[in-house]
Amino acid sequence: MFEIFGIPSQALFGQLLIGLINGSFYALLSLGLAVIFGMLNVINFTHGAQYMMGAFAAYLLLQYLGLNYWAALIIVPLLVGATGIIVERLFLQYVRKLDHLYGLILTFGLALVIEGFFRNYFGSSGEPYQVPDALQGGHNLGFMFLPNYRAWVIVFSLIVCFATWFAIERTRLGSYLRAATENPTLVRAFGINVPRMVTLTYGFGVGLAALAGVMAAPIYNVSPQMGSDIIIVVFAVVVIGGMGSILGAIVTGFGLGIIEGLTKVFFPEASSTVIFVIMAIVLLIRPAGLFGRIA
Amino acid sequence: MAIADPPVPAVRTDSAHGLTVAFCIMVALLAVAPFVVYPVFLMQALCFALFACAFNLLVGYVGLLSFGHALFFGWASYLCAHAAKRWGLPPEAAVLFGTASAALLGLAAGFLAIRRQGIYFAMITLALAQMMYFVALRAPFTGGEDGIQDVPRGRLFGLFDLSHEKTMYAFVLVVVLAGFLFIYRVINSPFGEVLKAIRENETRAVSLGYRTERYKLLAFVLSAAVAGLAGALKALVFQLASLTDVYWTMSGEVVLMTLVGGLGTIFGPVVGAFLIVAMETYLAQLGQWVLVIQGAIFVVCVLAFRRGIVGELAALLRVKL
Amino acid sequence: MKTAASLAFALAALMTTVAHAQNPIPVKIGVLTDMSSLYADDTGPGSVAAARLAIHDFNPAAHGMKVDLVSADHQNKPDVGASIARQWYDVDYVDAIVDVPNSAVALAVNDVTRQKNKVFLVSGAASSDLTGPKCSPNTVHWAYDTWMLANGTGKSIVKTGGKTWFFLTADYAFGHALERDTTAVVLANGGQVVGHVNVPLNNQDFSSFLLQAQASKAQIIGLANAGGDTINAIKQGAEFGITKGGQHFAGLLIFIADIQALGLQASQGLILTEPFYWDMNAGTRAWTKRWQADRPGKFPTTVQAGVYAATLHYLKAVAALKSAADGKAVVDQMKKMPSDDPLFGKGEVRADGRAIHPAYLFQVKTPAESKYPGDDYILKATIAASEAFRPMKDDHCPLLTQ
Repeated sequence: MFEIFGIPSQALFGQLLIGLINGSFYALLSLGLAVIFGMLNVINFTHGAQYMMGAFAAYLLLQYLGLNYWAALIIVPLLVGATGIIVERLFLQYVRKLDHLYGLILTFGLALVIEGFFRNYFGSSGEPYQVPDALQGGHNLGFMFLPNYRAWVIVFSLIVCFATWFAIERTRLGSYLRAATENPTLVRAFGINVPRMVTLTYGFGVGLAALAGVMAAPIYNVSPQMGSDIIIVVFAVVVIGGMGSILGAIVTGFGLGIIEGLTKVFFPEASSTVIFVIMAIVLLIRPAGLFGRIA
Repeated sequence: MAIADPPVPAVRTDSAHGLTVAFCIMVALLAVAPFVVYPVFLMQALCFALFACAFNLLVGYVGLLSFGHALFFGWASYLCAHAAKRWGLPPEAAVLFGTASAALLGLAAGFLAIRRQGIYFAMITLALAQMMYFVALRAPFTGGEDGIQDVPRGRLFGLFDLSHEKTMYAFVLVVVLAGFLFIYRVINSPFGEVLKAIRENETRAVSLGYRTERYKLLAFVLSAAVAGLAGALKALVFQLASLTDVYWTMSGEVVLMTLVGGLGTIFGPVVGAFLIVAMETYLAQLGQWVLVIQGAIFVVCVLAFRRGIVGELAALLRVKL
Repeated sequence: MKTAASLAFALAALMTTVAHAQNPIPVKIGVLTDMSSLYADDTGPGSVAAARLAIHDFNPAAHGMKVDLVSADHQNKPDVGASIARQWYDVDYVDAIVDVPNSAVALAVNDVTRQKNKVFLVSGAASSDLTGPKCSPNTVHWAYDTWMLANGTGKSIVKTGGKTWFFLTADYAFGHALERDTTAVVLANGGQVVGHVNVPLNNQDFSSFLLQAQASKAQIIGLANAGGDTINAIKQGAEFGITKGGQHFAGLLIFIADIQALGLQASQGLILTEPFYWDMNAGTRAWTKRWQADRPGKFPTTVQAGVYAATLHYLKAVAALKSAADGKAVVDQMKKMPSDDPLFGKGEVRADGRAIHPAYLFQVKTPAESKYPGDDYILKATIAASEAFRPMKDDHCPLLTQ
């Protein structure tokens, strides 16, 4: 055991691992945001509220229908994704051609409405949700005790992130999506139903947020505030990574999780603010973000 | 499409006529109001009206949407409160101190933020505001969660005792009207014309020989200073400076007020501020539906009332407001 | 002649009765609370329900009084709270403000109330400064404060063997105050503080800080925070096997609503101090049942019980003086009269404005031990009223030195 900057190496490795776990949530959420921005050109501020809806849906499914975590992992993203499709049809399609900031304000308003309803109905303390039995307990890795569920979070997030990246960058459907972003008229001329693709893409992005919500339910407090607490950070992640860049969102999400984890060790009071400092620096040096393309 | 397009319909040739009439109506209403409506509520609305006007200068006439204006509003509020309470400065000096500090902060922030446009400009301002929020949270003089409480209002110029609500109201009204007229003057001046040219087409303005960076920076500093003035006044009205004033939700509120009132109109921010403050005061009694109603207003405004109340009115009456 | 006399007599009697009925003493009470954010479940609509019960139980008509109730949401913002308080006092004829969770808001309302000579009955806020340096002749602090929590939980834990402490502190004034008070108690009773970490407010993930707590090997991890922060810390602590590793959490500020949110699986074994528990005795149970008519499925917290008790005692004082106009006089009357209600038992209000009543040390039950919803606590110890709160000599309250 040796010391780095006064912290025993054991503790440091433990913190790095924790940072990676948090980074998984940031990566999943910013992935959804990046997909939506890349495809719809809309800054989806409702993402936090949709993440919260995912967590609540998991709780409600368990409470009233007895459906466990594993069922929720599949059903909830579909359910909440469907609500996303409704939102897109009702509201978002009208702001896509306007300045980005109108979309931001609209989705911000929707986020407030959703959060307000949930607060009125459920109160603000939160609902209990337990870690599924199969993932209870943990292993002592020597430098820390790693709960099984947290390990699962990292693994599953990596799988989902990789699958999404692969689908968008390497498959034919993904190529249609990317083409439609650049030149929708031409793509429509080829007979592809662009508006439907856009709507489904939004639903998919929302589904990703809801999936993150289900994964968060056993470890974070399932409360109506959980969305607004995290959205600002995820926003910063997307901006740093490059708005619309899939790879940027994933890499920055995990990376920022680690940086935040390190800050919690050396200067814990600043751990909420370090992301904004990085965002300011990146915006000044590379305004398109680390992986972004357009300035 | 830029964030604020000017209302397009044809205006009457005597376009200044509409403005003068509207201004007189506004002053008359505000002069009579404290006898009918609770003065503290009016003063709160006036401070926010000035804040919204300052914000509107930047977004409506230069086309830069800032998500961090709470920085100037809140920090001026803290510094004015500190000056009045701990240094014992008289109110006029404390307010000036707050305004001047906001201008300095605006210079520093603007210098960094002006380099970018659109969403990136907004994000930098947000980042800077959040960092300054963190500083406010930890700096001992701000009192953290408690804020600076029990700020003395003092005697204006040594003569007028501001602890009387009506006297304080008169002071606030005069200062806010002065700020309002100052902004109007800035907009309707050669400098203002250059700003509008930059908003329409910055490349063309550059090709005409204007150093647009300097114009944008100056507009940013002016906007920050007036926002600071509003914050300093608010600290004296409520005798309190708190963290709420520097948090990002305050920046969101001023966006809401300006949007509801009408981006890029002269009177829009005032109307928007009064409406939102009135609604929040009323909503506090309702208790639990605050968030839902605020969110619904945002949604409705973006979908149906993009020009805001005053913007729609101006289009209807075919005047410039 | 006789008819005229009796008629006159009847008329006079009628007029005095009518006059009496026409001039009931008007009193207006305002519940200023958090309806929509962090503390809404601990206070909020439940506090309004409690105040309503107090007015009902007092029976204003029998005392020749008419009592109105208003309520508002201060959204945890000091300026919103202060401006509502001002408006209530200046325009709406409110005589007393009750509850006010969030110490920053309470301190602001404390000042406004003193300026306007009204009455402030604090039940929600924790800051012991309200009966200390910021004490006021117009303010009464009911239910709990940081000193009581620190001494109740801190002292008993150290005495029962929890000698070494590590603090997870919410990085704002309240968190620091709670840590400071508890540290003083721990050290005074032979314990040791081996470390602490400042956690930003509204932090979602405590795993990093919990790791640090684990590494410190302290027996007790003191949670100097509240609401969602406490819930998150305990939930994640269960995940990381904190209790299995032999360490225990000390929840310095926990309400039953938080335990309900956590579930017993995660919160079992937690030690906490509260002056009220709904299932304590027949009196509290009966009251809870009536309260639940307004709030089905929930259980009343200390704060909400405090609103009831404070409002009841206030109304009794107003009845004794036959007027609510002079705030300071009413509070003086409240200090003269001993208090008695089914929730806190017999107590009194001290010269510094502190309401004294017994406090209790509880431990949260395991899921197996809980027989019905809300059956969450085991009583471990009773702290007598005279010991539960900070002695007046340590107050530094300006009122006491006059």
